[in-house]
Amino acid sequence: MLLREIAHSRAGDKGNRSTISVIAYDLKDFAQIERCVTAERVKAHYQDMVHGPVDRYVVPHLGALNFVLHDALGGGVTRSLALDAHGKCLSSAILSMDIGPHEAA
Amino acid sequence: MANQSQKIIRIGAGAGYSGDRIAPAVELAEKGQLDYLVFECLAERTIALAQLERSKNPALGFDPLLQDRMRAVLPLCVAQHIKIITNMGAANPHAAAQAVLAVARELGLSQLKVAVVQGDDVLPQLVGHDFALMEHEATLSSLGDRVISANAYLGAEPLVRALETGADVVITGRVADPALFLAPLVHEFGWSFDDWQRMGQGIVIGHLLECAAQITGGYFADPGYRDVPDLARLGFPLAEVSADGSAVITKVEGSGGCVTTATCTEQLLYEIENPSQYLQPDVVADFSKVTLTQVGQDRVQVQGASGQAKPEALKVTVGYRDGFIGEGQISYAGPGAQARGQLALDVLRHRLNAAGMGDFESRYELLGVNAIHGHSLSQGHEPYEVRVRVAMRVPTWQQAEQVANEVEALYLNGPAGGGGVTKSVREVIAAASLLMPRDAVQTSVSILEM
Repeated sequence: MLLREIAHSRAGDKGNRSTISVIAYDLKDFAQIERCVTAERVKAHYQDMVHGPVDRYVVPHLGALNFVLHDALGGGVTRSLALDAHGKCLSSAILSMDIGPHEAA
Repeated sequence: MANQSQKIIRIGAGAGYSGDRIAPAVELAEKGQLDYLVFECLAERTIALAQLERSKNPALGFDPLLQDRMRAVLPLCVAQHIKIITNMGAANPHAAAQAVLAVARELGLSQLKVAVVQGDDVLPQLVGHDFALMEHEATLSSLGDRVISANAYLGAEPLVRALETGADVVITGRVADPALFLAPLVHEFGWSFDDWQRMGQGIVIGHLLECAAQITGGYFADPGYRDVPDLARLGFPLAEVSADGSAVITKVEGSGGCVTTATCTEQLLYEIENPSQYLQPDVVADFSKVTLTQVGQDRVQVQGASGQAKPEALKVTVGYRDGFIGEGQISYAGPGAQARGQLALDVLRHRLNAAGMGDFESRYELLGVNAIHGHSLSQGHEPYEVRVRVAMRVPTWQQAEQVANEVEALYLNGPAGGGGVTKSVREVIAAASLLMPRDAVQTSVSILEM
């Protein structure tokens, strides 16, 4: 199952860092999301773009993870050569992550 | 005086960026029964661009849509005593205030009081000092004479002073975006600036509203997964705020979009990094215990933010010249489109390397294949059409033109069937950040009246 089936996401930028939220539609699915969508997997998922570490913050009562991807935006929106200089489209990329069969009852 | 504990202040968001739509702001002013209408219009490098404009014409340097927005909402706001707060002053808040008064005269309004908040421009204070640049190895002095602007993120305090003058319109340059919303709450409810819990709650309300439609269903729709009703007529948000800082986020009846716990959660986490330490000039806000409760159709209650003592230093954004970007694009379509596009990229790389431009930062990519998410996430899709894109950061305008022209020259000198070339050359105005001691920043409020 792709993450897209149970979560939504929004990406933003702060300097050369991308911030990406992953939010469960249903709190029952959050345990699976929290276990599967680790900082390590996110770093590997974005290997072509992210050159620094990935931090993960957990907000369990909102069913949300918040990722900070360092050195991820080609120097930041003001100087990046990328077509998507803000990295806005990175949110849809994370939803393509395969997180195995659906677990919640 | 009304009982403070039952008083509700209604604050609307009239713009989430400088180019934002105007019609939803008018709808909000018409139907929102607002006390305040806030326009947040300054992105990171907007002030640097505005400063360049001001250096060419001293009467400019403020938001280009300022007068259009004022023409659209001023009559409604004046008639209903809705106060306007905006950072559309950009690099020239004083000229922006005069431009607002000119609109008021043009509309035949009999009186208008505009307060101008200044002090964010700290370029003079930087002279003779050096500062470490955040996220860079370098220091400010390494940018030399390439620096264009330096603006500190002011907090809510000078805006509150501006509101205390009874101004109808408050115009600023750089202030922290949520402070535009925190200020009227401090002013109305008499919150203390060291009441960190209320400062945190005011910041979360501002943070939720500052991107306007991004909380009412904008930037949210994904057909079949997240359907947003009447997206074409998306409304802007407003908050109904109580004296204890709790608030309901909603939008006006009849507008498109939706306000749900899902739209609010996306916006709550948007660009904040660590949810328990969101650094603001007025407070280190803690959003980690915020609760979002659906209390009605398109009504979400927000509670539970808190905070810790404000940071010692203020963040300053420095705008500086950072070379030029030359870019060109060309399309290939039909059978073998991707192979011809790839051949075009190979040829371009060879030609630009041969011109001595192989060491500059560059991107060679195929739109429709790997331009957005890179190679590893994009494999296994053969598109019907592709668009070649080359972009390179170079020291001079001439070199940037050379990059763009090499793409155009593919017409006669590249693979078969290329078409639709576009070229661009632009100067890069980059932004860097530094931290400045709070006491080095002096703010002022001045009043202009018609």
